[in-house]
Amino acid sequence: MGNRVAVIGVGQTQHAAVRGDVSLPGLIREAVYRALDDAQMTMADIDAIVIGKAPDFFEGIMMPEGYLAEALGAVGKPFFRVHTAGSVGGSTAIVAASHIEAGVAERVLTIGWEMQSCSEAMWALSFPIPFQQQLVAGAGGYFAPFIREYIRRSNAPDDIGVLVALKDRLNALKNPYAHLHEPDITYDSVKESFMLWEPIRYSETCPSSDGAIAMVLGSESVAEATAAATGVRPAWVHGMSMRSEPSMASGRDQVSPQAGQDCAADVFAQAGVTDPRAEIDMVEMYVPFSWYEPMWLENLGFAAEGEGWKMTEQGATQLDGDLPVNCSGGVLSTNPIGASGMLRFGEAAMQVRGQCGDHQIDGVRRALGHAYGGAAQYYAMWVVGADKP
Amino acid sequence: MRDVAIVSVAQTVHRGAATELNEVEMIQPVILEALQKAGVRKGEIDFTCSGSSDYLAGQAFSFVMTIDAVGPWPPISESHVEMDGAWALYEAWVKIQTGHADTALVFSYGKSSPGDLPRVLSRQLDPYYYQPLWPDSIALAGLQARAMLDAGLTTEAEMAAIAHRNREAARSNPYAQLRGSASVDDLLAAPHLSDPLRRHDCAPITDGGVAIVLAAGDRAAQWADRPAWIRGIDHRIDSHNLGARDLTAAPSIGLAAANAGVANGPVDVAEVHAPFTHQEVIVRRELGLADDANVNPSGGPLAANPMMAAGLIRLGEVAQRILDGSANRGVAHATSGHLLQQNLVAVLEGN
Repeated sequence: MGNRVAVIGVGQTQHAAVRGDVSLPGLIREAVYRALDDAQMTMADIDAIVIGKAPDFFEGIMMPEGYLAEALGAVGKPFFRVHTAGSVGGSTAIVAASHIEAGVAERVLTIGWEMQSCSEAMWALSFPIPFQQQLVAGAGGYFAPFIREYIRRSNAPDDIGVLVALKDRLNALKNPYAHLHEPDITYDSVKESFMLWEPIRYSETCPSSDGAIAMVLGSESVAEATAAATGVRPAWVHGMSMRSEPSMASGRDQVSPQAGQDCAADVFAQAGVTDPRAEIDMVEMYVPFSWYEPMWLENLGFAAEGEGWKMTEQGATQLDGDLPVNCSGGVLSTNPIGASGMLRFGEAAMQVRGQCGDHQIDGVRRALGHAYGGAAQYYAMWVVGADKP
Repeated sequence: MRDVAIVSVAQTVHRGAATELNEVEMIQPVILEALQKAGVRKGEIDFTCSGSSDYLAGQAFSFVMTIDAVGPWPPISESHVEMDGAWALYEAWVKIQTGHADTALVFSYGKSSPGDLPRVLSRQLDPYYYQPLWPDSIALAGLQARAMLDAGLTTEAEMAAIAHRNREAARSNPYAQLRGSASVDDLLAAPHLSDPLRRHDCAPITDGGVAIVLAAGDRAAQWADRPAWIRGIDHRIDSHNLGARDLTAAPSIGLAAANAGVANGPVDVAEVHAPFTHQEVIVRRELGLADDANVNPSGGPLAANPMMAAGLIRLGEVAQRILDGSANRGVAHATSGHLLQQNLVAVLEGN
């Protein structure tokens, strides 16, 4: 609707359980410099910076942007902090892109990051009384009942989650930046890993990572000039959308939340996509627990209700399938929570730009980046494509 | 740029401790009042954006629960910033500029009462070099005030006069927490709290919130008789490094003011976000306000300072004076972080 926007630089850190070799700003700068190098820019070229992360308690710094301003080249510039729970990486990229779409900036640096080794994320996500009844341990404890309900409704075989986890972890072996590299992983090793939250096994859950991703977004004229200089095509934003719904509401379906359906419908409408399975070439979706792949395939409209697990079982979502999902290894292989959503958005852009190396899918013209957060209630999505919209 | 205006404003009656209310209970009536003042239903709002802090709530993802205050069912287009609500308004303004929304609800809130606010705010500092020392927000402000005094940029008497003027102005603000002041002489007779700051130099600790409705073009004209048009808005940040900054200046304010066009017309009213008396001197200078400018007729943050909301309230106070016809052009300033590190400036006009 507004000005055209494109991704013209992407950079991410080496993700790991503990990045003890860098300071907190050092970690973020690793991603920022790579993104700026990719766009052949320096910090001085940037008009505004939009940064996102998950709860400040994870690192023990309240509103850490103030502290980070100098390290990220933000002094004297607009520096904006987004926080929308687990979807924040996606939301942050959207807010950044909105600056260009609105015409208030031409070159925006956007960053998602988390240094989870500073704290114990699982317990940070186990809300104490009086905020919530003390029933669950970590996000997996919260989501497990909805996965069980999905299995009950769809009559999915009980090993679909195993297949997703195996696929994503094998994909991660082709992504040098991924946190988990498990060359010896097998179907049996996933299935025999211990049960954490029925039906989520240890190997079906995301790790806790230190990491960051940065993207440089440009206006149409900036993107074209950059592409001419770098020889790498921009990933044009074809649509972007955010939706939220309450944690609890009468009639709310936590297996396939309405906000996710609405967000997908909006982003596909903006992108002119009427048949997502046919028109989207690959998806980076937010799958922190294996079963969310089939659940989101249905929620996003790639499969009919109750049919998503069949796509997984038939291999449609593998690297050589007709709709590859999480070619990077996804959240199941790398999860610095505040960066995880932007990694989905950034990996989608990298696929369009042909930058994914061993996990590159040939001929990606349009890709979907997806993130969710909260009690499966916050959604952020974008469609990026090779063609100027 | 599209013409975007503030069409209604509502805020809590600010208090030291709203002990009996959780955040949803505190802000929900304010949101409803803002919608009612504009005569709109929530379904007519295209975009919602809020500002709050987990560190004040003592809870990770605290805003996830507070979204219940807007009743987001069916699902809504929504975002949240871990910043003062003034920046939530900026995000909403950007969203409207993209053309994806014509209207927006912006709100922010903070309950500082459950914790020890000055110590909580010390967690906002460089985690390697400053945090371990636990310098609290008042001690840091004291360093800045001392630098101001040493540079001859203010006096303790001027600071007391600023406190007196703001809190006397708050007598006419039914939402203010501190209304009225002892005489300047009596203020100066009080002992120092954190030398050179006395208690009157510091904003109170406040629980409260604010909600604002934005609308573009024709919709704004439908929703308000006299919309407060946002003619300029910009925000900038300075260094966090106390040793590398001139604490007596805040260049990010001057830069934002220039970009927002503060100097392009008369300033009938200014609302500035200066939680400490000496900071009003800095903000006025950086904004380029005349000595006789009408600053903080609401009493400003020295009369009520709900964290995460006090900046957005400045925009609301200026807008309210345009909406009710008592001013035509005003300047609002919001700050974030220690010692005026990050700043937003907006120019609002009636015509």
